[in-house]
Amino acid sequence: METGKTKVISVLVENKPGVLHTIANLFRRRNFNIESITVGPTQQKEIARMTITVNEDEKTIDQVVKQVAKQIDVLTVDELSQGSFVMRELALIKVNVASSKERSDIINCVEVFRGRIIDVSTDSLTVEITGTPDKIDAILNLMKTYGIIELARTGITALARGAKSIKIDE
Amino acid sequence: MTKMSGAQALLESLERQKVDTIFGILGGAILPVYDELCGNKKIRHILARHEQCAAHEAEGYARASGRAGVCMATSGPGATNLVTGIANAYMDSSPIIALTGQVPSSGANTSYMIGRDAFQESDIIGIVTAVTKYSYQPRSVGEIPVMVNNAFHLATTGRPGPVLIDLPKNVQAGIADIELTDKIDLRGYKLITQPSPSRISKAAELLAKAERPIILAGGGAIISGASNEIVAMSDLLMAPVATTFMGKGAFPETHPLSLGSIGMHGNPAANKLMGEADLMLAIGTRFSDRATANLDSFAHNAKKIQIDIDNAEINKNIEVDLAIVADAKIAMKMLLAALNEKLKKGEATAWTKRAKEAREQLSPLIKDLPRDLVPKSLLSELRKLLPENAIITTEVGQNQMWSALYFQSLMPRTFISSGGLGTMGFGFPAAIGAKVACPDRVVVDIAGDGSFIMSEQELACSVSENIPVIVIVLNNSVLGMVAQWQRMLYNRRYMAVNLGKTPDFVKLAEAYGAQGIRVTSIEEFHKAVKTALANNVTTVIDVPIGSENDVVPFVPPGCGLPQQKGDY
Repeated sequence: METGKTKVISVLVENKPGVLHTIANLFRRRNFNIESITVGPTQQKEIARMTITVNEDEKTIDQVVKQVAKQIDVLTVDELSQGSFVMRELALIKVNVASSKERSDIINCVEVFRGRIIDVSTDSLTVEITGTPDKIDAILNLMKTYGIIELARTGITALARGAKSIKIDE
Repeated sequence: MTKMSGAQALLESLERQKVDTIFGILGGAILPVYDELCGNKKIRHILARHEQCAAHEAEGYARASGRAGVCMATSGPGATNLVTGIANAYMDSSPIIALTGQVPSSGANTSYMIGRDAFQESDIIGIVTAVTKYSYQPRSVGEIPVMVNNAFHLATTGRPGPVLIDLPKNVQAGIADIELTDKIDLRGYKLITQPSPSRISKAAELLAKAERPIILAGGGAIISGASNEIVAMSDLLMAPVATTFMGKGAFPETHPLSLGSIGMHGNPAANKLMGEADLMLAIGTRFSDRATANLDSFAHNAKKIQIDIDNAEINKNIEVDLAIVADAKIAMKMLLAALNEKLKKGEATAWTKRAKEAREQLSPLIKDLPRDLVPKSLLSELRKLLPENAIITTEVGQNQMWSALYFQSLMPRTFISSGGLGTMGFGFPAAIGAKVACPDRVVVDIAGDGSFIMSEQELACSVSENIPVIVIVLNNSVLGMVAQWQRMLYNRRYMAVNLGKTPDFVKLAEAYGAQGIRVTSIEEFHKAVKTALANNVTTVIDVPIGSENDVVPFVPPGCGLPQQKGDY
């Protein structure tokens, strides 16, 4: 499930202003490369989950985890890529449609990838696709042949497999 | 519950934290707090003459006393002027609380200003994120008491550091029902003080087996108050003790097993033995590049045990064989207990003999010093003139390195210098802060003329607030340390280091109402220090020295500690 050296780190933080700034600033300051970062609330509304993917070696990842854990607003840090986990990314792809033949080719293609068409116009289709970054890269490669007008990717979000959790006690 | 303003809630919360002094400069956006300070009997306000110095004063206070120092400034330029002082405290892990005024955060449509680029608005929290342990901005009066408690708890526990509280003016002035409290609310703060017992026993095993153990004490050893335990450990193992620059004072430098400080300008005895040891017990050090020099040859023959309260310092700069994340004093106590079962006390070994020999042969202080007015002689003379518990601060550059090499520190918290950030102008305000914290002790700033000029205006603060400190200006009319680098590493191509016509420091001191004395011999230096001590007024002692004095020996950039160059 890993692409290259990419590591996935899941962080539970206090859901309040300034936390994203602190974490993003930490990565910049320590010269760690963020590949993607996603943030959203958890089932406990005062806690948010950040999913950060980084492409760094083991020694650097060790520092990333320690430096993130040290932040006062960080409740827990888990390097998901050390164990078994699931991850997904969502992409919206606006594809150029030159003919009705192309239109049906694209629709077929999207079905194979279990994507959905969420908007249609005379000259374009907008595709919603969810999966691992690999899968999204694969469909993007196909869509390139038709011409991608616009693309939006969410970045990775992930959870550990099984009943294990890093929930915080109230 | 009592009805009170945000300003009153702030001051009462500060009083509950035993704050007795605030170093600050006021301005429009912090006026409600100053209004509340008017008539306050418990907190002394000391008017700094530049906000950067207010922060350094708070740090001097903190490092001399071990308690949090408090500084305060208005919004905008007042707040941004604090930044260097806050960054300095961050790098040296000093507990300071910075209070800043801020433009109003809410109110009627016209008075809501944050985010509108209002007059004297600066996003101080955004600016200081990278150099504070944490920062707060209350949005309502009711948040203040717990916020202040949190700030002090964060600043003073674990690895200490600066915490900033940015106070919107409407929150200072707002009235609410307030319950003063001792409550702390910090569930994300992970404070580990107790070491893992299994790691302590592993460390004890390694230490008991070591043939050539060396103890390296850093700033963390001083912060945790582990000096007695380090002396006991040295006595038990008969092992030499080196310190980092920040650790100076953690172990008495007159002890026969003291090697002095390691580092680029370290004591050759310490630098040499780091390479010979087979085991290093490092206590509260982050292995800064100035301490370790080239990492490949840093204690390369030694297994390494690292005790640090900050987990993120483990394996950051140096890979260690055994890490103990804990408060240094607690860990050392447990380690001593474990070792006392294994070892007979104080058996001198061949390594003990080697350490004493290295100290006698390599340590610069043991050599005969000339009776000339040169830094090494006057700093070693100064030691004899001052009480054992006198507090030394330094500026940054040659004056600082000479002080580290030639002024022996005998106890913790008596050597206060800008180690991490290397802030010129730090020493004088830090001395003022230290004197406020310890009014019964002698405080001396060892300065260079270049550094002293950067905060010389605090003479006004020192004189008018009656905080008598002694400044010894090693006056060479150049920015000496960079001039030395240009001399040694840039083929004597001097650029921008000549200070030309420096002020007459005697007249300068007198202009501020302080005492100024110029000395031209060691004998006059003696007399001047004695006069300063006797008169107990702020005194500037101007000591003209040659402009080509080098700090030697010196580890050139890229070289390892044992490759020190230069006759000394």
